[in-house]
Amino acid sequence: MSATTQADPIGNFLEQDYPAGFVTELETDSVPKGLSEDVIRMISARKGEPGFMLEWRLDAYRRWLTMTAPQWAQVSFPEIDFQDIVYYSAPKSKKDGPQSLDDVDPELLRTFEKLGVPLHERARLAGVAVDAVFDSVSVGTTFKKELGEHGIIFCSFSEAVKEHPELVRKYLGSVVPPGDNFYAALNSAVFSDGSFVFVPKGVKCPMELSTYFRINARDTGQFERTLIIAEEGASVSYLEGCTAPMRDENQLHAAVVELIALDDAKIKYSTVQNWYPGDKDGKGGIYNFVTKRGDCRGARSHISWTQVETGSAITWKYPSVILRGDDSVGDFYSVALSNHRQQADTGTKMIHMGRNTRSTILSKGISAGHGSNAFRGLVRVTPKAEGARNYTQCDSLLIGDRCAAHTFPTIEVRHPSARVEHEATTSRIGEDQLFYAMQRGISAEDAVSMIVNGFCREVFKELPMEFAVEAQKLLGVSLEGSIG
Amino acid sequence: MLEINDLKASIDGKAILKGLDLNVKDGEVHAIMGPNGSGKSTLAQVLAGRDTYQVEGGSVSWDGIDLLALPAEERARAGLFLAFQYPVEIPGVSNAYFLKAAVNATRRHRGLPEFDAFDFLARVKAEMQAVGMKEEFLYRSVNEGFSGGEKKRNEMLQMSLLEPKLAILDETDSGLDIDALKIVAEGVNRLRSPERSLIVITHYQRLLDYIVPDQVHVLAKGRIVRSGGRELALELEEHGYGWIGEADAATAAGGPR
Repeated sequence: MSATTQADPIGNFLEQDYPAGFVTELETDSVPKGLSEDVIRMISARKGEPGFMLEWRLDAYRRWLTMTAPQWAQVSFPEIDFQDIVYYSAPKSKKDGPQSLDDVDPELLRTFEKLGVPLHERARLAGVAVDAVFDSVSVGTTFKKELGEHGIIFCSFSEAVKEHPELVRKYLGSVVPPGDNFYAALNSAVFSDGSFVFVPKGVKCPMELSTYFRINARDTGQFERTLIIAEEGASVSYLEGCTAPMRDENQLHAAVVELIALDDAKIKYSTVQNWYPGDKDGKGGIYNFVTKRGDCRGARSHISWTQVETGSAITWKYPSVILRGDDSVGDFYSVALSNHRQQADTGTKMIHMGRNTRSTILSKGISAGHGSNAFRGLVRVTPKAEGARNYTQCDSLLIGDRCAAHTFPTIEVRHPSARVEHEATTSRIGEDQLFYAMQRGISAEDAVSMIVNGFCREVFKELPMEFAVEAQKLLGVSLEGSIG
Repeated sequence: MLEINDLKASIDGKAILKGLDLNVKDGEVHAIMGPNGSGKSTLAQVLAGRDTYQVEGGSVSWDGIDLLALPAEERARAGLFLAFQYPVEIPGVSNAYFLKAAVNATRRHRGLPEFDAFDFLARVKAEMQAVGMKEEFLYRSVNEGFSGGEKKRNEMLQMSLLEPKLAILDETDSGLDIDALKIVAEGVNRLRSPERSLIVITHYQRLLDYIVPDQVHVLAKGRIVRSGGRELALELEEHGYGWIGEADAATAAGGPR
C-alpha cells in the first residue's frame, strides 16, 4: 500500500478547523512586557495581595533566576525569550474586579457562551459549577452560594488569597514547592489567577466543579495556580477545560496544580485540554508546560488524574501522586493526541511512601501526521512502602507513517514486597482496517473515530459523563488532516 | 446484472488483470477458479473498490451504473459485499458496534429506518444462530483473536445481515475444516435468490461440492481462459491447473478474445 492512497480517506476526514480559535476584542489592563522584581510587585499590587504573598513570589523569582529550563523531554522548540512575554493581562472592568456575574463585561460572557461554557447559572448543566479564567483573571464563578451552604469554598485564587489567607498560607506550595522546577518557579513568581477549592471534613461535594481557562490577549502567558484541598472524609470531582485563539506566535501556559487529600478523602481531577495546537505546519500554538501533583497525605486517601490532551503545540506535563498515607491510592488515566507537528511528552510519577499503597497508570498515546508522542513515567517504591503495588499499561496508536511514539518508563523499587507490573503495546490504524470498514458501508471518518474511540474507551469511562461525550467529539476534530 | 468488459488493473505498476470479461446475471452463482497469482483476489478487490489497485482500462457496469466510478463505501451501501480472504482485526471496536454501524449505514442508503440497539440485537442474534456463532462474539473486538473459522463465520454473519445484491467470496474456504466449510456453504446457499448474484472465488473445487455454481470460470494470467458448467471444476480437480494447457495460456497472453 502506498502512502498517498492511505492518505486520502483519513486525510479528508481530519481536515477541520479549530473551532475555538476566535479572538475577543476587549480593552485590557496589562503590565509591560518582561519579567523583573518590579513586574512581580506590580502584579501583586494590582491584585491587592497581602504581604506574605509578595514575599512568596519574590522568593520564587529569585530561585527561578538560578535555574535553567529542563532539556530532557522528547520535544524541541526554539528558546523562549522570557522578557518578551506579558505576565499579566486582564479585561478592563468598571470596578476593581467583577463582584458578581452581573458586573462581567457582556462581551466576555458571550465569549464563554460561544465556547459552550455559559456562565449564567440557569443555562449551566445541572450539577456543574464553573470558574471561568480569562487570560490572567477569573471572570466569574457560578453556584458559589449553594456550595457555601455545604461549607465548600470554590472561588478564584485571587479571592482565596484575600478571603482565606490562612488556608492559602497553610497549603500553597506544600505539594509543589516554589523551587520544584523551572516552570513551577516561574509560575510561583508570576501566577495571576486560577481556582481554589476547599472541601471541609466529611463533606461530599454535591456537584462537579470545573474551571474553564481561556487565553485571549496576544503575547500573553497564562500562569494559573489551582489548589484543591479535601479534608478528612471529603470528596470532590473537578474538571478543567482550556482553549485559546489561533495565533501565529507561540504562547506560554505554565500552570501549577496542587491537590491535597487528607485521611479518607478523595479527589478526582479531570482535564480536557484543547489549547490551540498551531497550524498544520507547526506555526503558532500554545506551549503547555504544567506541573500537576497530588499529595495523598492522609491514610486511605485517593487521588485520581484523568486527562485528555488534544491541544497545544507542545505538552510537557506529568500529573503525579505522592502516596504518603498508608493504604492510599493514586490513578493516572491519560489520552494524549499529537497531530500535524504537535509534540507531547507526558506521563506521571507515582511515589509510594506509605504501606499498602496502590497506583494505576493507564496511558493511551495517539500520534498522527508528523506528531510525536512520548510517555514518561516513574514508579518509585521507597524503603518504607511495604506492600506497594503498581500496574502500568501504556498503549500507543499510530495513524500514518510519519509520526512517532516513545515510551520512557522508569521503575525504582526499594522494598522487596512491592509488586510492579508494566505492559506496553503499539498498534497502527492501517489502510486494511479502513478498507474493511468501508467495504461494510462505513465511511472512513466514522471508521477512524470508531477505532480511536475504541482505543481510548478505558480512559473515557473515567471522565464524568457529560465530558466523556465532549472528549470523544474533540478527539475527532483534533485528528483533522492527520495524514495528507 | 454485472458486466465486466476488458478490465485491466495493476498494483504498484505491475499489471495483474489483463483484459478480463465476465457477465453475471441476477440470481446466478459463478465460481472463479485459478492458480495462485492468476488475479483472483485482485478481481475481488477491484470490484470492491480498493484504491491500492489502479484500474488501467475496461469497464464494469452493474445494473446499468458505472461501478468503477463509485467509492468503496458507496458500492457497499448499494449492495456489493466482499467476504475477505483475510478478515481484518480491529482492536477496541466491539463486533456488535461495528455490525450495527455497517447495517445502519446500508439502511440509511436504502431509505430504511435505522435499527435501534434493541431491534438490532434481536436481528443479529437470530443470524448468529444461523451461522453457528456464539453470542459472546458480539462483545469481542472485531475479529481480534478469532480463529480462522470464526473469522469466516463472522464474514458470513455480516453477509447475511447486509443482504447484498452482489456478494463476492474471496477464497472463503481457505483454511477451513470440513465442518466449517459446510457452515459457510449453508450460509451462502441460504442467501441464494433470484435477485442476488454471487461470485465464489476458490482455489479448490471442494467448496463447489456444497455450493453448486451455475457457471465455472478459469482465470489464468489475468484473463478468463475457459468457462463452463460445474463439470469444469471437476475436470480441474482431476487434472490440476497444468491441464488448462499451453493453448489456453497462450490465449491469455495474446490479444482480446
